[in-house]
Amino acid sequence: MNPLDRYEPLVDDVDAFRAACDRPLPSVVRTNRIKASPDRVRDAFETEGVAHDPVGWHDGIFRLPDGNPGGNWPHAHGWTHGQEEVSALPALALDPRPGDRVWDACAAPGSKTTQIADLMDDSGTVVANDNNLGRLSALRHNAERLGVTNAIVTNQDARNFSLKPLAFDAFDRALVDAPCSCEGTCRKNPDVLEQWTMDHVHGVAGIQKGILTRAIQATRPGGTVVYSTCTFAPEENEAVLDHALAAEDCEIVGVDLPLETAPGVTEWDGETYDESVTRARRVYPHHNDTGGFFCAKLRVGGSEVAR
Amino acid sequence: MSDPDGGSPDDTAPTNDGGRFDRLPETAADREVAGRASREEVLDWWETRFGIGREVLGGYGFWEKGAGKVWVFNGEAADPSPVEAIGMTFLRTRQEHWKPTTRAVQRFGSHATRNVVELGSERASRFVAGEDQDLPEWDGDWGYLIVSHRIAGASAPIGVGLYLHGELRSVVPKGSRADLPVLEE
Repeated sequence: MNPLDRYEPLVDDVDAFRAACDRPLPSVVRTNRIKASPDRVRDAFETEGVAHDPVGWHDGIFRLPDGNPGGNWPHAHGWTHGQEEVSALPALALDPRPGDRVWDACAAPGSKTTQIADLMDDSGTVVANDNNLGRLSALRHNAERLGVTNAIVTNQDARNFSLKPLAFDAFDRALVDAPCSCEGTCRKNPDVLEQWTMDHVHGVAGIQKGILTRAIQATRPGGTVVYSTCTFAPEENEAVLDHALAAEDCEIVGVDLPLETAPGVTEWDGETYDESVTRARRVYPHHNDTGGFFCAKLRVGGSEVAR
Repeated sequence: MSDPDGGSPDDTAPTNDGGRFDRLPETAADREVAGRASREEVLDWWETRFGIGREVLGGYGFWEKGAGKVWVFNGEAADPSPVEAIGMTFLRTRQEHWKPTTRAVQRFGSHATRNVVELGSERASRFVAGEDQDLPEWDGDWGYLIVSHRIAGASAPIGVGLYLHGELRSVVPKGSRADLPVLEE
């Protein structure tokens, strides 16, 4: 079965949804402001004759209609990083500030870690963790190419992450860009639809709940946790948030994203979820001609303590 | 952990532990691990070799993991740190001629005031592809240089070159080499 079938009841325009899922995605690059401004990247693309279009909703992100995002001078200088448009959303929702202590729980291959470092002006500390050592080497390569100097890389199971190797005992912000069923990436990699199984959905949902719970525990009172996936499955999205709301002291807060989005769903397959999951945002491929995505912002409970 | 450099003659003296990151001592007088560069020596080296001073690098921390590999880090870390990486690789020490990394030169090299060779566009494309080239007109120091080119209205460092006997060798790592077009000047 094509897993996209099961999401048809959730979308406003089924034909547009299915048509968009069948179209390949353009190559997209994000400007790395640690090394260059969007203006300089644009100038360099023009000099080199690299076709590029603005995305409209972000001045540092360009679509490259001819593809090959790694085959040009701005890439060689570490001024750009190939990253799908929706993949830039969770770091924007996290809104990290210079000097913050930030945890990227499932960080490899580092697109979001390096964007977080950029948003922090490469100051403060971003702890980039992943349980997969092979994928961590890709993260390290990307962080070096982009000139990130404020990242610490760790190799732990995020579900029982220990802050003991670090110089502090709580984060200001945490990003859980969780492993998931990935149907939202089907425009880039159609194989995800063939490999999809309900067993995997249930298995990975348990992992997602464990990682999100740990992220909330590891973040200081009043701090921010962002949860994101590239799946449409409510079992891996709203149900995971519903679990965290029941298990930990936290609340879902609104998040302004610069794209057209739909609210999280409160009912699915006989289950109902906390009303506040409607503050989470769903991004469907036909709304902005992007991949599919899910993103929610949580505030950790308790009164804010200055450090 | 053994100390690949042989380390200290005294068995009780601390040695370099290749499995963790240690912060560099402030000065040579504070050094406990034999052969380890000090923070002052690292800052002096960048200033002497490239004119990149403490106003650029003074706010960063420097850490060693493995024999002689120094990392630059801008955040908070425990010392020692049993983690996979801290900041980015920066400088190779514990050898006669210290060698900056390609990525350190790309990140900080635009502040350099000496030992920078700016290549024309055709030579720049050959350099980033990993090609060695004759450069008899260079009359500066021998050894490791910052190699740059003009792009988008300003000079930008590409990587590290090794200048010896009239030849500029490209030491751009294999994984970072690329066939890129000659930019119009």
